[in-house]
Amino acid sequence: MTLDPTLAAIRFGTGRAPHLPDPAGADAMLAALTGPDRMAVAHPVPSFASIYPATREIAEIDAARRAGEATEEALARKTALVRGFRAQQAELMAVAVARGLDSTDPLRERLTWFWADHFTVVSKRMETRSAAQMYVEDAIRPHVTGRFVDMLTAVATHPMMLLYLDQHQSVGPHSAVARKRPGLGLNENFARELMELHTLGVDGPYTQDDVRELAELLAGMHGTHRTTFVYKTQRAEPGPETVLGRNYGRREPKFEDVERVLEDLARHPATARYIAQKLAVHFVSDRPDPDLVATLEHRFTESDGDLLEVTRALLTHPAAGLRPMEKAKPPFDFVVSSLRALGMQGRDFRALDVAALRRQVLTPLARMGQPWQAPDGPDGWPEAADAWITPQGLAERITWAMGLERLWGLEMPDPRDFVRTALGDVAGRETLLAARAAETRGEGVALVLASPEFQRR
Amino acid sequence: MERSAFPDRRRFLRNALSLGCSAAASPLLTPVSLASAPWDARLVVIILRGGMDGLDVVQPYGDRNLAGLRDRSLGFGEAAGAADLDGFFALHPALAPLLPLWSAGELAFAHAVSTPYRDKRSHFDGQDLLEAGTGFAPGVPVAKDGWLNRMLQQVPGLEAETAFAIGRDNLHLLKGSAPVANWAPGTDLSLSPQAERLLKMVYAEDPQFRDSAAEALQITARLEAARQAGADAAQGGTSRPAPSPGHVRVAEFAADWLRRDTRIAAFSINGWDTHQGQKSGLATALGRLSDTILTMRTGLGPVWQKTAVLAMTEFGRTARENGNKGTDHGTGGAMMLAGGAVRGGVVHRLWPGLGESDLYAGRDLLPTADVRSYAAATMRELMGLDRQVLERAVFPGLDMARIGGVIL
Repeated sequence: MTLDPTLAAIRFGTGRAPHLPDPAGADAMLAALTGPDRMAVAHPVPSFASIYPATREIAEIDAARRAGEATEEALARKTALVRGFRAQQAELMAVAVARGLDSTDPLRERLTWFWADHFTVVSKRMETRSAAQMYVEDAIRPHVTGRFVDMLTAVATHPMMLLYLDQHQSVGPHSAVARKRPGLGLNENFARELMELHTLGVDGPYTQDDVRELAELLAGMHGTHRTTFVYKTQRAEPGPETVLGRNYGRREPKFEDVERVLEDLARHPATARYIAQKLAVHFVSDRPDPDLVATLEHRFTESDGDLLEVTRALLTHPAAGLRPMEKAKPPFDFVVSSLRALGMQGRDFRALDVAALRRQVLTPLARMGQPWQAPDGPDGWPEAADAWITPQGLAERITWAMGLERLWGLEMPDPRDFVRTALGDVAGRETLLAARAAETRGEGVALVLASPEFQRR
Repeated sequence: MERSAFPDRRRFLRNALSLGCSAAASPLLTPVSLASAPWDARLVVIILRGGMDGLDVVQPYGDRNLAGLRDRSLGFGEAAGAADLDGFFALHPALAPLLPLWSAGELAFAHAVSTPYRDKRSHFDGQDLLEAGTGFAPGVPVAKDGWLNRMLQQVPGLEAETAFAIGRDNLHLLKGSAPVANWAPGTDLSLSPQAERLLKMVYAEDPQFRDSAAEALQITARLEAARQAGADAAQGGTSRPAPSPGHVRVAEFAADWLRRDTRIAAFSINGWDTHQGQKSGLATALGRLSDTILTMRTGLGPVWQKTAVLAMTEFGRTARENGNKGTDHGTGGAMMLAGGAVRGGVVHRLWPGLGESDLYAGRDLLPTADVRSYAAATMRELMGLDRQVLERAVFPGLDMARIGGVIL
């Protein structure tokens, strides 16, 4: 099946919209993807480095307080800075939504969300509350059409990832730093997830010894909420390490050794297989066509991890255009596509104040099972429809849709038109009937949004 | 004929319905509506996600090798404020609120336990296997259903509200063909009669949406009925004046349903992955666990006496501290058993020791018992499940061996 415009908008985009045309098909989506990133300009996200002035100021205030020298004014200043990060987190959520609402290149948003989830980070400190999206903007988004190894390297050297998986605290057991401070040592967390979640997959051919040796190789990788990435030789573990049967490192540890192991992990056949499976599961089906997975795997290997080529293989494979739609949209994607179908524009969404963003989006997302930027672990959000369409989760989706008219004060379209706008020819007979038979516009619209055709993709 | 898990129940059903073949296996039983399960005891299973450090929670301070392993930031024993339990183990100070339960014989632990999962030490695989309860052999796929659901599959004609998965994550533990309710405190699905009719029509052809919505409407109706009946303040409802922390609300919600017809509840508590700063991180997580147990004890009232709560984790942590005042993923760990039905005041164990050569792979507490055996023994002694059913259907391939005496 060739990918038709309606399915292209729903399955590979952020949904249909009354004010924007559907992508003409796979080629049009891929063409847009090779063009300029307009949404990054229209709705900008600052880089991670933008938080340094505030985080360093907070550190100074903390130091003064420990010394008993902090003024009332300084403490109030710290509170204000921390509040600022909290508000910025909500504002940057609004930016992510706005991009999904306005984009005529929505595949770029979807790929960004996919890879951000693949390389999940969660903020563990109040100073990085707003920084997960900055990390995505720095390390993920520029590479969604680039090479996998470049994304992997950008991620592995980003302070947000190093912080999240405790790498910033890992010190080679025989390093200069550990000799001076015997309390410090190795932390395996990042090394393990780098192989299990980011590259080879849990079924990949690595052992506990590989985890340990990789952790020793990674010691020295350093960066925090106050500092940019630096490879610190005095924290690195001297001597050779063996990972997956290859030797890395010498007496004098160097960052180049880490780059080499990242390249080898990115090129490993297990990585190609694992990424192919994840892409097929995310975009097409929880039980994807084996030929689709094999095609993606080959393309990944042949193109040396060129993600544009892998994405092209995904969109042009016959399985990409198959109906019925099996996947369930995660709550965030459901919210964005609902507002897009209602014709909401990015600037209107961004005009909501922080309290409204909390009430109308952040709290409902948590209740639907997807608290914003807070998955339980580094494996990110679940894929299976039955993880989302639980009685509780579905009740919250329906309740949110039913509240759009009252809570948002949105002008409700005629449900008979809306069902066509939102779903085109994927609307089933019962959903068309419900749109006609609803007692109010608000209920009619909500029933369309709650329908399986709208919830799936 | 298949063995039935519940001989008495099956006899009753056969008499009542004149069924000739196995009631447990019959698909024809759906019209039979039972008020509850064929047992009166309550079982709560809590999954502790992230890998709880059993050596820090139930500290083997009587083992002379512990000092060499926990010599940096992690203290242990009375010097660190841990109360002695039995002369060999001491309880982490963050669980001190549970000491009265220990004294009253309502709290026990199993130590040096784990699932058969080894070596890769992945949280996600570890949790899947803990909840599936099977699939450990190489090449065997993880079962799609969870062991607690497979136990329920042995019981014919259950109502959905017999078992409750509480919270916003969809517990693998209770997934499967037996009916299970899934809800989080505070959720309501209130629709106009017309919207409800139309929604049912829209969902008619999609079983996943149809079944989820039907259950959501049913639970909402029951919550509403209970509210209107002026039931006491411990509702899981939305009208609570000052909201408690999430984990307390989950415990209240569980107790509220378990006081009535619900027999099984399961939920999870996160926050055990203490790679760094374990001292404060573990205390926070243990505080939540302790609150949860005490909230349920209060909420259940007299029903606590027939309740067993099992708290299980995917694996333990490294015996040695790591370089960040924390511990990394390990193997053997500990499990908690609480409740009036539990034989308390005991740490079940076959202690492997903590010497260099005693450790698993030179780094982890060696598991000497299968954590699933304790879950199986609980179900056997609490509800009368047959050992063969437990070893074949609920935990295929498990050998319960000598594990027993966990329930009064």
